[in-house]
Amino acid sequence: MTGEPDRAVTGEPDRAVTGHPDPAVPDRLLDAHLVVDRGTFRLDVELSIRPGETVALLGPNGAGKTTALRALAGLTQLSAGHLTLRGHDLDRPEKRIWTPAEKRSIGVVFQDYLLFPHLNARDNVAFGPRRHGVDRRAAHVIADRWLDRVGLADFTRRKPRQLSGGQAQRVALARALAVEPELLLLDEPLAALDARTRLETRAELHRHLTAHTGAALLVTHDPLDALVLADRLVIVEQGRVVQEGDAATITARPRTDYVAQLVGLNLYRGKGSGTAVVLVGGFTLTTAEPVQGNAFVAFRPSAVALFARRPDGSPRNTWPAILRDIQRHGDNLRVRLDGPITVAADITPAAAAHLDLVPGRELWAAVKATETRAYPDTAGRS
Amino acid sequence: MTRLDTGVAPPAATSRRPAHTARVPLPLLLPALLGLVFLILPVIGLLARVPWATLPQRLTSSEVLEALRLSVLTATLATLGCLVLGVPLAWMLSRVTFPGRRFVRALITVPLVLPPVVGGIALLLALGRRGLVGQWLDTNFGFTLPFTTAGVVVAESFVALPFLVISVEGALRGADARYEEAAATLGASRWTTFTHVTLPLVGPGIAAGAVLCWARALGEFGATITFAGNFPGITQTMPLAVYQTMESGDLEGAVVLSLILLVVSVTVLAALRDRWLTAP
Repeated sequence: MTGEPDRAVTGEPDRAVTGHPDPAVPDRLLDAHLVVDRGTFRLDVELSIRPGETVALLGPNGAGKTTALRALAGLTQLSAGHLTLRGHDLDRPEKRIWTPAEKRSIGVVFQDYLLFPHLNARDNVAFGPRRHGVDRRAAHVIADRWLDRVGLADFTRRKPRQLSGGQAQRVALARALAVEPELLLLDEPLAALDARTRLETRAELHRHLTAHTGAALLVTHDPLDALVLADRLVIVEQGRVVQEGDAATITARPRTDYVAQLVGLNLYRGKGSGTAVVLVGGFTLTTAEPVQGNAFVAFRPSAVALFARRPDGSPRNTWPAILRDIQRHGDNLRVRLDGPITVAADITPAAAAHLDLVPGRELWAAVKATETRAYPDTAGRS
Repeated sequence: MTRLDTGVAPPAATSRRPAHTARVPLPLLLPALLGLVFLILPVIGLLARVPWATLPQRLTSSEVLEALRLSVLTATLATLGCLVLGVPLAWMLSRVTFPGRRFVRALITVPLVLPPVVGGIALLLALGRRGLVGQWLDTNFGFTLPFTTAGVVVAESFVALPFLVISVEGALRGADARYEEAAATLGASRWTTFTHVTLPLVGPGIAAGAVLCWARALGEFGATITFAGNFPGITQTMPLAVYQTMESGDLEGAVVLSLILLVVSVTVLAALRDRWLTAP
């Protein structure tokens, strides 16, 4: 993200979060350029996290999120690049520097928790402190304190198989935090939970991440987890960062189809001259704000209005469309349309009944210029 | 074997057992039954000839007790030795990538397919008084293995070690290595991870391997008689005693000794099944 914050376009507060702070800034806890070569797949991600900050690494399956996490934890070696924690190199292949996992102040909450099945909750949490030279009694005190903190004071003697998914997740969190790592890594921490438990655990996890003084990196494919838990989002696709920034920036100005889909926006790339943007397919969208050169245009599915016949009226983009399919989407229906541009539209069930929506039906779609957001595609790394 | 399950019958037909049996092809059914009889018949033959009247007296004879004591002692020592050497070997094979790993794994299975008598001769040539290493042991320490109780332990270990290694390696491969990664992220060194995480996780597998190893050591004959000889009280284990009693014309004595070995083997098998083999 080297793009200038263009407040005029979005009107949204654009926190000064640039992806790569100046290397001289002393308060960066993690500074990493993770390069892992795996034959056909190559991970090449730059990542930096400040103390107390929670960053979400968000991306589709196979994007390289877990590889990045393993590289950070010391479970996979870098092929190139570097991994620096609080100014100390932990992994820098070019200088043959390598620190094994057990020597890193980096904790991990694994996706399926990996609680040691032969140890009870207390001994699982005490495992880390014991390895750091704390005697058994003191380690148990630490463990009990952490289990209390995650609300499991009554479960210290339970074996992992006697714990529910949500409880196991909390034990895993307590176990990772009990050694007070400078960097906490969470691999899809909520993915294995059912919807209800997930909601509660997410809120609780948020509380613990806020209390954690070190940095945290959350790896997830769930945008909601990322938006709720993280201060900043880094989005990876096919081993590379495609966009990063705070939630507001990313939801307002997605830069790839994946991100747009994630935040529920229609996104188009084109060339702007004034308030007209000629899209890649040749269709022209009228925008409220002027934009020059390579640009994105985005609008919400709810901004699309559907008509049986060509509508009248002024500052509108209208085009003939053909209905492809309909899906339930919350209280509304999400309709996908083919035409000069493919677009998702949200309409009410009443409107759907009125329009007699069946796949293949010809319609007119319209979007007000004021409902669109246009912003320049100036990011070098998009 | 009153019920033959073909596995493809629809639920409605399960009550009609004759129809079931009819579906097993004869060319498979006959050899299967024959094979079963072939395995069971000798055991029945043995049991049929047990001199039940004189059994208590024979069982408590000093020769039998001596052979049994020696067998249990040497098999147990051999198993302990195999655990000390075999578990680390299995760990290396399953957790460390090193050049020639596949070759090493193949080497380990050699004693498994080698006729035990050949193993005994090989041991003599390596550890005998004039052997490769034995000569050096003799001149420097005045220590010789062949024809001693220690020699029996060595012969039994040689034959039984592959059973342990293969069984433990299987357990280690089956165990989720990510628990070890989790331990590493909590600050555990590889050694601590091994003792505190890996060993408890594969404990049942190691126990099963040890039982197999012990049973194999207990029954060892060829390598023992070649390498350690057949001296009552020193190297004459149960299988050797069975052989000698038989050779001397005392069939009843051989049957009694065999019965003891049979009981021990079946007990081991039962323990293995209930405690370890059926456990997930």
